[in-house]
Amino acid sequence: MAVKSNIAGIGSPEALQQALIGAQYLADDALATAAYLGLALQKPLLLEGAPGVGKTEAAKAIGSILGRNVIRLQCYEGIDAAAALYEWNYPRQLLAIRQAGDAYVNVYSDDYLLSRPLLEAIRAPADNILLIDEIDRADQEFEAFLLEFLSDFQISIPETGTVKAGQRPVVVLTSNRTRDLHEALRRRCVYHWIDYPDAILEAQIVMARASSVARDTANKVVAAVSAFRAEPLSKPPGVAETVEWAEAATLLHSQGNPWPAAFKRSIGVAIKDQDDLDYLGSQVDDIIGGVAA
Amino acid sequence: MILPQGTQPFVDFATILRSHGFAISPEQTIGFVEAVGLLGPRSMNDIRSSALAMLAVPKDREDEFEALYNAFFFGRLLTPPVAGDDDDELQAHDPGSETVNIEVEEDEEDRGDVASGTEVLAQRVFSSVDEPTVLKNFVRAGRRSLPRRLSYRFQNNRHGRKLNIRQLLKSSARTDGDVLTLPMLIRKRRMRKILLLIDVSASMRDQSDSYIRFAHTLAQTASFFECFTLGTRLTRITDALKLKRAEQALSRVTEAVADFDGGTRIGDALDAFLNIPRFVGSARGAYVLILSDGLERGDPAKMVDALKRISRMSWQLHWLSPLGNGAQYKPTTDALLQAADHLDHLSGAADLNVLCENVLMNARAA
Repeated sequence: MAVKSNIAGIGSPEALQQALIGAQYLADDALATAAYLGLALQKPLLLEGAPGVGKTEAAKAIGSILGRNVIRLQCYEGIDAAAALYEWNYPRQLLAIRQAGDAYVNVYSDDYLLSRPLLEAIRAPADNILLIDEIDRADQEFEAFLLEFLSDFQISIPETGTVKAGQRPVVVLTSNRTRDLHEALRRRCVYHWIDYPDAILEAQIVMARASSVARDTANKVVAAVSAFRAEPLSKPPGVAETVEWAEAATLLHSQGNPWPAAFKRSIGVAIKDQDDLDYLGSQVDDIIGGVAA
Repeated sequence: MILPQGTQPFVDFATILRSHGFAISPEQTIGFVEAVGLLGPRSMNDIRSSALAMLAVPKDREDEFEALYNAFFFGRLLTPPVAGDDDDELQAHDPGSETVNIEVEEDEEDRGDVASGTEVLAQRVFSSVDEPTVLKNFVRAGRRSLPRRLSYRFQNNRHGRKLNIRQLLKSSARTDGDVLTLPMLIRKRRMRKILLLIDVSASMRDQSDSYIRFAHTLAQTASFFECFTLGTRLTRITDALKLKRAEQALSRVTEAVADFDGGTRIGDALDAFLNIPRFVGSARGAYVLILSDGLERGDPAKMVDALKRISRMSWQLHWLSPLGNGAQYKPTTDALLQAADHLDHLSGAADLNVLCENVLMNARAA
């Protein structure tokens, strides 16, 4: 079996896990294994999970340990091929035609081509990793269009020809799972569902990401956030919110606010929906009081 | 093909997952074997991690995967299905068969007021009445108002934001390179897929006639349309409804649907729908409309779970009940109360006028 590898020096999931720690990203075994398999087998890595669990950060951390730039394609409803592949620089083409007068000018050359993320990624696959973020926001048609790209890593430009990647670029796709992705897309990828981390790992993430936060504060914030997540909130706080809340509470505490008050005054950093705050009501005080005690 | 002996169990495991409804391609199986080889495997956990990653097991089916993984690698050995061994699931995937039988659970409890889990096979004879005016009006309004989406094709439009460079160069060549007008392009809009699911159980007896007539009108109006009936069976009636003449179409529906006025197992029917890839495709990105009273006879959790899945893959999921009109309708059944969170719209449509208004209004609002 021919297994290719583009991750020299990283010979196992554990080595990748250690390297990710060096890039300030604490991955569990399953994520490290999936990322390792994606890199070693040169397949796109599809990360699914609730918003704020660290999918995009995982892609950035992989880019960081490979020493590559992250080219990000943020998906949205209505995104089309032009926004993802390339566009012709029409004003420049017209100007060139006017300047040339009767002379011949080739307006379909690289000078007039505006590269978009997918084309950029396959032009320099060794220098970049491609992050296709929140693919679930894009339309089904765009998802179908990506199937071809992720299979062959080539782009056809009718006016100039086909651009094919010299080597398979590292591709990470993320999805918040607001809708199910098509099976055809899933089967082209190495798949991993990122869940909320357990309390110990989340406290470690808080301390790794926010150096000013004390261990005790991190533990309290994580305990409170876990209690919030147990409630049926429309926007449960993600890991990013946990880190920000710990930082915000620490900042307020350093300015003279006592502990329960510092947590309460910065609650807006963790719970970002008024309906959720209304639903929680006095439970917020109980939860914060409970963990701060 | 003869496989190396060491890889056979992994291929068999992938086959077993496939036979349990996991969509696994041969390419994924090869990836799984490669991944196991790449990791060692040093432990059983390497095999499990490789399977989860390479076979792309969805989060909501992880428990099912774990059970199969434990059974195959640690406990009683499951054997891959023999080719030609037809069970219920294979029958459901048969492209020639449009009707899917739903298995009945023996220990069901009564959950609906007039719902029944008993399979009563009965055909409906539709009365030969003229097409109501409200449906004629719906055809006219529907062509303009049914939900649309952006196409990937462009058309000329002076309000567009994208320059039509080809036309511009062509016209400027006629004027010695001078640009007199800027031709602009706009994305075309196409009608969205519409999926209609109609409950034809006994509790819907009074409305199913008019709902089927509405389905026929919708089939004539929408560009991409699929329709199924739910009862003790799941029946695809799209082809019947595509017939232009209402009498012909309704007669074909009568032949196709054998469970009119029978029991209600919405959860099982939706689950059966979701297990057939060619059916599921019709819900992807579609405007999904369910016409049912929600008097679920089966397990409410199954119905809620199925609706959750449909909600994630569809564009909008609307539920209209015949037990009231408009916003006056309040769901009372456990199943519908639990499912409400996954619906984009839930209201009543007891008569045809309200149903047509509701569909057009919601489509416009969405």
